[in-house]
Amino acid sequence: MPIDFEVPEEIKNQSNLTKMVAEQVMRKYSRYYDEHEHERPWEYINFIWPFMKSMEAANLKRSLRHSHNGHNGNGKSGDNGKKKPSAFQVGMIHLIENLSWGDAGIYLCTPSSGLAGAAIQAVGTPDQKERFLDRFTHGDPKWGAMAMTEPHAGSDTSAIRTRARLDPETNEWVLNGEKIFVTNGKLALEESDGILVVWATLDPSLGRAGMRPFVVEADAPGVTITKQEHKLGIRASDTVSIVFEDARIPYDNILGDPELKKPEAKTTKGFKGAMKTFDSSRPWVAASALGIARAALEFTRDKLAEEGITVPEAAPYHQLSAIQRDLLQMEADLKAAWLLTIRSAALMDAGQPNSLEASMAKVKAGKVVTSITQKCVELLGPLGYSREYLVEKWMRDAKINDIFEGTGQINTLIVARRILGYTRRELK
Amino acid sequence: MYTFDLTDEQRMLTDMVRRYSERTLRQVYREAEEAREMPREVIEQGWELGLLPASLPEDYGGFGEYSALNGALIAEELGYGDMAAGLELLSPNLVATPIYLCGTEAQKQAYLPMFTDVDIPKVASAFLEPVILFDPYHLRATARREGDAYVLDGEKAMVINAPEAELFLIYAHDEEADSAQAFLVNAPAEGLSIGEREKWMGFNALKTYRLTLEGVRVPAENRLGGEAGIDIQRILNSSRIALSALGVGLAKAAYEYARDYAKERVAFGEPIAHRQAIAFMLAEMAIDIDATRLMVWEAAWKLDKGLNATHDAHLAARYAADVALKVTDGAVQTLGGHGYIREHPVELWLRNARSLATLLGAVMI
Repeated sequence: MPIDFEVPEEIKNQSNLTKMVAEQVMRKYSRYYDEHEHERPWEYINFIWPFMKSMEAANLKRSLRHSHNGHNGNGKSGDNGKKKPSAFQVGMIHLIENLSWGDAGIYLCTPSSGLAGAAIQAVGTPDQKERFLDRFTHGDPKWGAMAMTEPHAGSDTSAIRTRARLDPETNEWVLNGEKIFVTNGKLALEESDGILVVWATLDPSLGRAGMRPFVVEADAPGVTITKQEHKLGIRASDTVSIVFEDARIPYDNILGDPELKKPEAKTTKGFKGAMKTFDSSRPWVAASALGIARAALEFTRDKLAEEGITVPEAAPYHQLSAIQRDLLQMEADLKAAWLLTIRSAALMDAGQPNSLEASMAKVKAGKVVTSITQKCVELLGPLGYSREYLVEKWMRDAKINDIFEGTGQINTLIVARRILGYTRRELK
Repeated sequence: MYTFDLTDEQRMLTDMVRRYSERTLRQVYREAEEAREMPREVIEQGWELGLLPASLPEDYGGFGEYSALNGALIAEELGYGDMAAGLELLSPNLVATPIYLCGTEAQKQAYLPMFTDVDIPKVASAFLEPVILFDPYHLRATARREGDAYVLDGEKAMVINAPEAELFLIYAHDEEADSAQAFLVNAPAEGLSIGEREKWMGFNALKTYRLTLEGVRVPAENRLGGEAGIDIQRILNSSRIALSALGVGLAKAAYEYARDYAKERVAFGEPIAHRQAIAFMLAEMAIDIDATRLMVWEAAWKLDKGLNATHDAHLAARYAADVALKVTDGAVQTLGGHGYIREHPVELWLRNARSLATLLGAVMI
């Protein structure tokens, strides 16, 4: 396939719809949910759910068809792999960018299989996909969440201590530990019939080799939401701590191939599964970041235009004012990050490896959204700092994108190791 | 549908140019820089690759078609080899492409076939001017209509290989049209004098000259585009994309050199690339280079599709100039004291990269 930047027709149509959603049921309520943390944006949730349901259904069907045809369902072709090129991830990128242009906090409340779905799609068996993801294709709004971070283990995921033990008598997994910063945790477990993918260890002394993903369903016993966080931004988003006290889940809720189920097997497949989840989630975060950046840039450009400051289509550098140069710089940064993000998603759709490109996009987008939103607050003077406008909120919302799903530093480290061909021992 | 793969044909093309860059340009560039002259056979060897004829259709003696995207792919590979040689090899394009994009049919028929010759065409483009506040949209050189001729006055700078040129494409502010227009001037011409060879901060193997125009008379039919004239923006877009791609190639060369050095150079008992201070700088270089390349490609793709690419080309150019400078500076920094010594190429690449903001801001045509 040649070099092509054409936006597929179905994505253009979808974008028209999501733009409308972003304006009507997100932007309008942005300030309200920013000031009423822990309330749920039902206007958006109820509106978007039918759309998400059908998207989930299509994705599940596609993924199961590929699994049955010998694919792993994640876009990778098998030996007999003649597969229609998918535009799923690229579509997700446009969707998320548009919704985050509306409101990044509200977007995170999107009822869907979310990160749990990404993990299950990355490492789950066809049976597990069907069993855990089917619920997102019908009924009331539901959420899928993922729990990785612990109080003492953030970027260093191999240091997690939440323990999974197999009870041979009942053939159940018993989970004990505490997870923090779980996005949509309360929505998934207490406020809907959702699911949570929990990363736990069979033996903390094994490090990465002990890590396994487990699916916890909404009604699991021994699971308690202990805290709802108060945050700098994305306040509409649900962020909770979850404690597992002898939480019992069925044997088959351990994600992935049978090898992972053996407690004695020293395999890093579990850990690699977590990393694989990032191949899709990092471009998503980058897309969300860029939606916020575009919102701030468009708003600032419009406000400045009202004051008579516009960027001429063609002018030599020496004729541009500082503000005009800032506007051009922001626009160029935004485009640079957007193209890296699109590339990382398109590679995944094409069934090609994209870990490096996903981290590149995440680094760039996190950096760019931070600098753009901060600059926009500055350019709008006292009103930029005022809560009368949303720009100050966007600056607060933006910052999370340089943190979650791997901080800018962690993702830079990943890029650096890859381009240098270094292991984590060689480049710490 | 977003795809970022080269076609087989494009891959063959880039492989061919890269081989020339690696095996020829990278062998001679330092000596050429110090001697202030690129060996003739090196440029001839580059011309023999047939890059320009491959961008012209058969109607005009070529064997391909104009493609900004292919042009960008080629320019990146040349920039990866050496900027002075790259600019010299692309200099006939600075005359051929405007004629192809904006010329009348008669002008195309008359002038384009010479670009498909086995010999390097003796042509030069004169666009830049020796002023601080250069403005491509309001040139200081002027063209005044007098009967069936235009009279050109002013000064031009950075005219590549001017003394050998038999045909100049000279840009001037057309007072009647109140816009930048281009004129085909056969040399020698009365009133046209070629000044001293210029000295620049970088790419010293490239021979460039000042041009003084004092009442140079050009037949009216030699105005590019005839009655309609030219839209300078079309030409600026295409040059910006090619120059930006040259910058991407230059940045890539410096990044790879610094990366390989950092893996070899041992300090405090281990390679310096084991340290985040170095490794992170390299990672950012890699990210910025990829981003810039994608911006250049998108602008080129738009141009080839006939879409408005002005803004995209402009943003890509800004990025390319910034990134090339940042990356080459980072490469010098990675090598430390060694980077400052002329035994390594990175100091030259930093000097070359500094030119891009000038060339891209103004856009040498």
